[in-house]
Amino acid sequence: MKTHTIVLLVQDRPGVLSRVAGLVRRRGYNIQSLAVGHSEQPGVSRMTIVVESEDVEQVVKQLYRLIEVIKVSDVTDDPIVEREMVVLKLNAPTASRHEIVSMCGVFDAKIVDVGASTMIVEMTGAPAKVENFIEVVRPYGIRELMRTGRIAMVRGARGQFATEYVEHAGPNGVPVPTTK
Amino acid sequence: MSETRTGAQIMCEALIREGVEVMFGIPGGAIMPFYYAMWEYRDKLRHVLCRHEQGAGHAAEGYARATGRIGVCIGTSGPGGTNLVTPIADAMMDSTPLLAICGQVGSHVLGKDAFQETDITGITMPITKHNYLVKDVNDLAYVFREAIYIATTGRPGPVLIDITKDAMQKSTVPNWDQKLNLPGYKPTYAPNRKQVREAVKLLLSAQKPLIIAGNGVIMSGATEELRQFAETLRIPVITTLHGIGSFPESHPLSLGMPGMHGWVHCNRAIQECDVLFNIGGRFDDRVTGKASTFAPNAKVIHVDIDPSEIGKNVKVTVPIVGDARLTLLALLEELPEREALAELHSHASDWLEHIRDLQEKHQGKQQYVNRANTAQWALPPHDVYEKLNRTLAARGNYRVVTDVGQHQMWAAQLIDWNAGPRTHITSGGAGTMGFAVPASLGVAIAHPNDTIWAIVGDGGFQMTNQEMATIKQEGIKNIKIAVINNGYLGMVRQWQELFENKRYSGTPLSGPDFAKLAEAYGWKGLTVEHADQVQEAIDEAHATDGPVLIDFRVEREVNVFPMVPQNKSIAEMIITEADA
Repeated sequence: MKTHTIVLLVQDRPGVLSRVAGLVRRRGYNIQSLAVGHSEQPGVSRMTIVVESEDVEQVVKQLYRLIEVIKVSDVTDDPIVEREMVVLKLNAPTASRHEIVSMCGVFDAKIVDVGASTMIVEMTGAPAKVENFIEVVRPYGIRELMRTGRIAMVRGARGQFATEYVEHAGPNGVPVPTTK
Repeated sequence: MSETRTGAQIMCEALIREGVEVMFGIPGGAIMPFYYAMWEYRDKLRHVLCRHEQGAGHAAEGYARATGRIGVCIGTSGPGGTNLVTPIADAMMDSTPLLAICGQVGSHVLGKDAFQETDITGITMPITKHNYLVKDVNDLAYVFREAIYIATTGRPGPVLIDITKDAMQKSTVPNWDQKLNLPGYKPTYAPNRKQVREAVKLLLSAQKPLIIAGNGVIMSGATEELRQFAETLRIPVITTLHGIGSFPESHPLSLGMPGMHGWVHCNRAIQECDVLFNIGGRFDDRVTGKASTFAPNAKVIHVDIDPSEIGKNVKVTVPIVGDARLTLLALLEELPEREALAELHSHASDWLEHIRDLQEKHQGKQQYVNRANTAQWALPPHDVYEKLNRTLAARGNYRVVTDVGQHQMWAAQLIDWNAGPRTHITSGGAGTMGFAVPASLGVAIAHPNDTIWAIVGDGGFQMTNQEMATIKQEGIKNIKIAVINNGYLGMVRQWQELFENKRYSGTPLSGPDFAKLAEAYGWKGLTVEHADQVQEAIDEAHATDGPVLIDFRVEREVNVFPMVPQNKSIAEMIITEADA
């Protein structure tokens, strides 16, 4: 089954995450990852979901049925920048510390904590690069591993701009999106 | 105007502002503040006390389907809300504008498993068009407006508002003028002109064109436009179960119902047609049978207001997102001059003749076989429909509400549906047994001058018949119930007979004496056991100034034919008992 990267703009209202996740699940599609956070526009959040589906057009149409979903883009075949972050707690006895530090240099990873026998390493990159880094450090012993969901942005001037959906100032002067 | 109001008062005023006149519900602890406030507004806002929240929900659905306006039902927290789940799911499947109002425990105990606390917004998330949990009195005026707007526009559907008890009790000055903030909700009504022209081009090239009309035609009020469109192009029209009433069956272009229990000539026409124009139908599996084998020769034009329906079940050549009525008007505008239609007319006329030949060949056989044993049977179910059909046609001013099962399919097949839109009301997509009796209550309130016939099986009747008490208490006189009583869950029994070697597991069904039950509820109750008593009973029901139930004790093991076995192509029909 093909993996698709879908970027959504959604109204920032309670329950919107569970609506999106619930819909994707009950229509029988498998979510590989889901990342959500604020967008450039107050009141609007952006989500990136990675789903496995034969019929991504149906996924997109079903997502549009949700009242709070403003814009859905399947960016799988677009030129995109994709990023993921991994944070790892590695076994780092004195003997292997030096090796780990130099490996981190190769991958542009950051060492964010050093303990008596462990290190926390943070690395950001394209999903394949993150995958690669994890495999490279695995032999040192991974105690804990955390990954964010994937986020994706279309390259160049083209994009999905939350501000385009803003028309007037809402209560308390907060701009409120009004158009699709 | 802008005086302080309690949350509950704001709820009442919001409903009145949106034109709501009647609500169906049951009070309980968490919703009590709303009932307290309702008393002040009782002249404008009628409350109908139902006997079960499921009944309240179906009654609101019946009201909505009979009028096109929003139906409102009310339940308290916990079981009050969960009992509304079935009608909400039903309204979702059949695109019915429904507002479900639930009380919720106080916001200070929310999430603490308080008495009668249930996460009803969580439960109903997949079966509502949208839902809300309101904890702040200041949100109420806005949320009610937005909820009703969402429920009634685009593809209509159910919306639930769950309100904490304290939000109803607290006071504020309501702001009725806040602009709706729905950037992600912009239903498309006007069709894309380019697509409309594509559709016209395809239709004009057709040799065997066919129209399927669904619920969308009725909901958008497009029956007149559909007639004009079909007549101008002379294309025959098939009406789905929910499309019944969108096109008169007496019309020379009308073919009837397709699908699992549709007529043979309708299904054959679908399999043979070269252009299929579906307006406001969603290619439900009960219509298509095995979808991959459906209409194999056809290029499909699909008009639907919900983009997600297009291409979901059937591959579409020309998709048109839009309102059925506006699309038909646009199509009519884009049609060429009369002379340019001559070729289509000539093809269409040969095609219609061919379908009528099919109809004659099969319809006659169906009629014959369905009645083959009539002589041995004291009361064939078909006799009930035949007499009821004739009587209704002669009297006029009627609406028919059906439940789910064999009796529902017989009603769709055997009644001549010529009384216009919103005169055939049934549970289609969800197939909710227990729908008819409470739904008829809503229909009767919406149309007090019509006679409402609820046709129901003995299985479905026993699920919600307590609403007979509601009907009595409300003084409603224009409901007549026909129980098609065969002592089985008949449709399941039919499948067991045809596909499971007559293993009647869990289908034989007994019941009380329904006529006596009706009498106990203060209704008139009649029992009919022989074919020659049918007419007399129907006449007596009509002559009675009050609700009447007739218990038609029909022949027990009769099947609905024709039939397409589940998951089979609609080309593979069981036409008669002999084929089974």
